[in-house]
Amino acid sequence: MVEELGITAEGDQVINIGPQHPATHGVLNLVVTLNGETIKKVEPHLGFIHRSIEKMCESLSYRQFIYVTSRMDYLSSHINNHACALCVEKGLQIEVPQRGQVIRVLMDELTRIASHLLWWGAQAMDLGAFTPYFYAFRERETITTIMEETCGARLTMNYMVPGGVMVDLHPSFQQKVKEFITLIKSKIDEYDELVTGNIIFQNRMKGVGYLTAADAVSYGCTGPTARGSGVHCDVRKIYPYEVYGKLHFDEVLETEGDSFARYLVRMKEIKQSISIIDQLIDNIPDGDFQAKTKAVLKLPKGEFYQRVETARGELGVYIVSEGGTTPYRIKFRSPGFSNLSALDHMAKGGKLGDLVATMGTLDLVIPDIDR
Amino acid sequence: MFLKDYIKDVYGAVKSLLTGMRLTGYYFTHPKEIITQQYPDNRDTLKMAERFRGEVVMLHDENNEHACTGCSACELACPNGTIKIINKFDITPEGKKKKAIDTFVYHLELCTMCNLCVMACPTDAIKMAQTFEHSVFDRNKLTKKLNHDGSKLREGVE
Repeated sequence: MVEELGITAEGDQVINIGPQHPATHGVLNLVVTLNGETIKKVEPHLGFIHRSIEKMCESLSYRQFIYVTSRMDYLSSHINNHACALCVEKGLQIEVPQRGQVIRVLMDELTRIASHLLWWGAQAMDLGAFTPYFYAFRERETITTIMEETCGARLTMNYMVPGGVMVDLHPSFQQKVKEFITLIKSKIDEYDELVTGNIIFQNRMKGVGYLTAADAVSYGCTGPTARGSGVHCDVRKIYPYEVYGKLHFDEVLETEGDSFARYLVRMKEIKQSISIIDQLIDNIPDGDFQAKTKAVLKLPKGEFYQRVETARGELGVYIVSEGGTTPYRIKFRSPGFSNLSALDHMAKGGKLGDLVATMGTLDLVIPDIDR
Repeated sequence: MFLKDYIKDVYGAVKSLLTGMRLTGYYFTHPKEIITQQYPDNRDTLKMAERFRGEVVMLHDENNEHACTGCSACELACPNGTIKIINKFDITPEGKKKKAIDTFVYHLELCTMCNLCVMACPTDAIKMAQTFEHSVFDRNKLTKKLNHDGSKLREGVE
């Protein structure tokens, strides 16, 4: 027992962070072994919010199971739904109309901005700055209002359906998004002024939680966590889906590998998402937003896999079908789980106070890890 | 040399703090930029988006007629078993049996507002309402009967 906890020398102690600790952003329990203030081992204990979503999906039809996936990574629920819809479409070999594809990509990028904004506020709050949280939520509110008007909900939208999107865009969508783009462009400079340029913030982030490119690959890290270490892993670039292949945007890479590099990657990704929206918002093609599908969807017998880039990394959806109306087995490859597994490696040898900074830059969403 | 760096660091930290303070000071002195809404007080002016999903309602016209034929498409589309339709058979003047809904049971406590039932309805009999203050003291009140008493199927809806 003592060896399991990593206690080897006299004076070592074990403390619990969580499950109800504000820095874990949810119900995550970290068992930390300390020598003085130096971390010897971090062991995440999961399962506090396990809802067996994969098993639930087995009893739901291919139209119904998509809404459950909004509850996995609730900050990028559109992108989760998108992955499932794409996987079902792959099995049914449906071609989504151009308008549907563009709407989906627009929604994905708006969700990505909203998710990164919330992360930015929470990261600053973890390190003791309370005001940025309110500023981040102020801008995020604009996005949730846009979502509310078009999709009908603020967080768990269930807007993507197999074949396209559920309803057409709200008439005021284009104008609202344009207003938001002008707003956020000016606000990003404010964020840099308030937090990024702050020396205290930089000193707490720089040189903390190093992750080399080789380690990032071997732990299976994806998304901004791996791109902060210089790993080329953006699914939108490597395996383009929908209209991403035709768009002009850069994959943001930083080579430092510390917490500040991951911070910079996310801040620059907001700007890239803005440029994607800029390219698409005036060029939404006319036509159908949804392809014609049968009333009852039946996937052919076989296995289907689809990956997308969520705000946290690569989400994979794997469906095994026996030819019926419900899936035989569904597996989600969630980005948060793999990113969390690298936390022990990143925090080892560091100080306890830096654990919060390191964990914050992983952008953990606990329901995504537990499912 | 060490002291010089130290003072430089302190100076830089204070300077960057002041840069941030200038921004927060701007919002402090410009109360018009504050967007906070005082929720329970602004109930009269609060308007939800027209597509907002609050709860499922059945549409009735002024003659107390609805468009629900009792086909159970919504019941099949619902992932949570929120909807239960109990059918009855009316006798038409010609002496034929005709299917009609007796009770449209809606369990609000099970509903996740996914909109799949509204999409599945072939006659547009149900829709999502904008109400969102659903809290009650007794959970039995969350099980609702959506069709009004004495309502019947609108003429011409099949």
